[in-house]
Amino acid sequence: MSRVALLKGGRSLERQVSLRSGAQVQDALERLGHDVDVIDVGSDLVDRLEEARADVAFVALHGPGGEDGTVQELLDLVGLPYTGSGPAACIRCMDKVVSKHAMRDAGIPTPDFYSFSETAFRELGAAKALPAIEARLEFPIVVKPAGQGSALGIKFAATAGDVPGALVAAFSYDTRVILERHVAGRDLAVSVIDGPDGPEALPLVEAIPHDDDFYDFEARYEIGRTAFRCPAEVGDVATAAAQDLALAVYRLLGCYGFGRIDLMLDAETEELTVLEANAIPGLTETSLLPQAAEAAGISFDALIERVLDLALARTPA
Amino acid sequence: MTLDETPRGPAGGGEARRVGAPRSTTRDLERYTGLFARRTQGMKSSAMRDLMAVTAQPEVISLAGGLPDTSTFPAEDFAALMARVAVDSAAAALQYGPTEGLEDLKACIVQVMEAEGMEVEPDELLVTTGGQQVIDLVCKTLLDPGDVVIAEAPTYPGAVPVFGSYQADVVQIEMDADGMRIDLLEAALDRLGAEGRVPKFIYTVPSFQNPGGVTMSLERRRRLVQVAEERELLVLEDNPYGLLRYEGDPQPTLYALDGGRYVIYLGTFSKILSPGLRLGWTAAPRPVLEKMGLGKGGVDLCSSSLSQHFVCTYFAERDWRRYVAGLTELYRRRRDTMLDALAEHFPAEATWTRPEGGLFIWATLPDYIDTTDLLARALRDNVAFVPGRAAYLDGRGGSSMRLNFSGVSEDDIREGVRRIGKVVGEQVALYGTLTGAEPAKARVRVAAPVEEPPNVLPLRRRAQ
Repeated sequence: MSRVALLKGGRSLERQVSLRSGAQVQDALERLGHDVDVIDVGSDLVDRLEEARADVAFVALHGPGGEDGTVQELLDLVGLPYTGSGPAACIRCMDKVVSKHAMRDAGIPTPDFYSFSETAFRELGAAKALPAIEARLEFPIVVKPAGQGSALGIKFAATAGDVPGALVAAFSYDTRVILERHVAGRDLAVSVIDGPDGPEALPLVEAIPHDDDFYDFEARYEIGRTAFRCPAEVGDVATAAAQDLALAVYRLLGCYGFGRIDLMLDAETEELTVLEANAIPGLTETSLLPQAAEAAGISFDALIERVLDLALARTPA
Repeated sequence: MTLDETPRGPAGGGEARRVGAPRSTTRDLERYTGLFARRTQGMKSSAMRDLMAVTAQPEVISLAGGLPDTSTFPAEDFAALMARVAVDSAAAALQYGPTEGLEDLKACIVQVMEAEGMEVEPDELLVTTGGQQVIDLVCKTLLDPGDVVIAEAPTYPGAVPVFGSYQADVVQIEMDADGMRIDLLEAALDRLGAEGRVPKFIYTVPSFQNPGGVTMSLERRRRLVQVAEERELLVLEDNPYGLLRYEGDPQPTLYALDGGRYVIYLGTFSKILSPGLRLGWTAAPRPVLEKMGLGKGGVDLCSSSLSQHFVCTYFAERDWRRYVAGLTELYRRRRDTMLDALAEHFPAEATWTRPEGGLFIWATLPDYIDTTDLLARALRDNVAFVPGRAAYLDGRGGSSMRLNFSGVSEDDIREGVRRIGKVVGEQVALYGTLTGAEPAKARVRVAAPVEEPPNVLPLRRRAQ
């Protein structure tokens, strides 16, 4: 039995999801017999951590602040072991520019992209390059903020006229944005957890929205509005390929404990491409990692216990 | 019933400790969701819910609420009135009451409606748990799945989930500075008629519309009542702020114009006294009222007896009109402060309405700005508003925002609008950089909450 400081909430736009992940984790930790001190992360975090006198921190935070290495850096500083990846891997996962460049350099397929900072547009006249980019990526183009963990701010530009508005929207969330080739196809997620023999890829989850034409982000968190198929029915070959890719990305970015890699299975070419990696996957009742674990015969409680053990097994940096 | 409960003792097997309920597994979830009614598919949370979770932080200046200012209600009055209730009617105030409401309270409602030129008999009234319950009861009484409801564009964001939960097909009619465009309404009715569809009711907030901030002109009110009569359609007139007028002449309510034949009237104590009381009412044609009463009985038996006794005592012992006059003064100053701040801090490309009363201003930005994304940016500067999309059921409203001035101090209004204006200005400049468009020099003021749908479509979203 450990004393666990459970970190949840915070001020990121994914606060609500984090609160739900945190509630699920808290229940599991208590069922497992741990002593749980719940901390809604705010400006008093360091004091709260000291008061908690915990053996380990469970980080159930999503989005900037909690998932981008900031909290992890702080936990390293106070010497408290914590769940999930360390600061460097968190930074690489949260920042899609960094992760996509790393994947491209490593030969891992990821949709073609260009990234720009606000400065590039304001001071370097990058707008002049937009037509060339648009020609190379072909419409529709996906425009997204580099560092937003949730789907907020992701836009789909069907024509050149849509691109400036989509960029303005994406810059609402971050100072850097990505223009990415759109892949039409099936939406797959591969969750990875570390085990005695190294990282292990879990069964694939496919998300199938109930509304075909319009799929909004909150549907994912709302019970009964998206169908999830786990294991995804994409055939053994594609399943194995997706799992290999996910493990390669997990290792490439230096993840630890657990993670989730999102991929697209191109409807036409049947090629797999990696969209992004999540250092702290959602742990709500509709989240994908718990579903995948369950399909692999790992109950939620067992999952949480394993992630916690991995945190304790890692020597603090 | 237990669901796959596998009790697990605490390590060491010592004293018993409370453990959480067994976690819902995916299978359990499917078990629950398999039981959900089809109409729950229409119960959607909005994209803003996650953003709104952040607006509740104390450091955020929130122009997003719809809150009246309850801080000016004297605490000693509250205490004295509650003491009076305790002395005079403790047992009754703590007891269930009649579903339709206390007779004494209905007498108070008659007074309030009289103040807006309406005559109503107590037996034409049903006391409800807030005005919101009236919207629900009207839908419950009138709507089958797929039935058409007409609403304004934009409409009250709080009505959207009600319409959704009854699986209504909502048709939204554009407004201009004179409120709902009745010509467009008639065209829509004709179009629907050609498809063999007749709306069950027309939902409108004719005075100081939420969120549009516009007021329906007398001519349009007359015409709307006529249309309702000609086509035998019911109108739900939502009038929470009618008495909160800061300038101009009062307009007769639709209910007064129609005499209660086709108009279902919704009133509330929330904005003239306190929303914490959760007391509203409806006046409706008798057959409709009767069904609504049966519906209400099933929902909550009766509205709070305690609140009803409090209001009766308040009306007997205090001057409610004076309190409303005080609120009117307070809100007028806040509205003026917000209008001045908008003129000072919003870029020339922005337009907004100038409400003659009520609680809200509706501002519209250039169509390349998405106010849901803008809210995310604004929250970094600790200021919040309601993105316009909340007021539409069809994805429109993306470039508009609702700003509340009643629940915020003048200093916070000025500072909040300044912060939003700064962020909007940045986005306008960035768009100019991206497209080579020059920022507008002169302000073009169009006081109409009308806009075209933006050309940027939401993408299928990634999972968490």
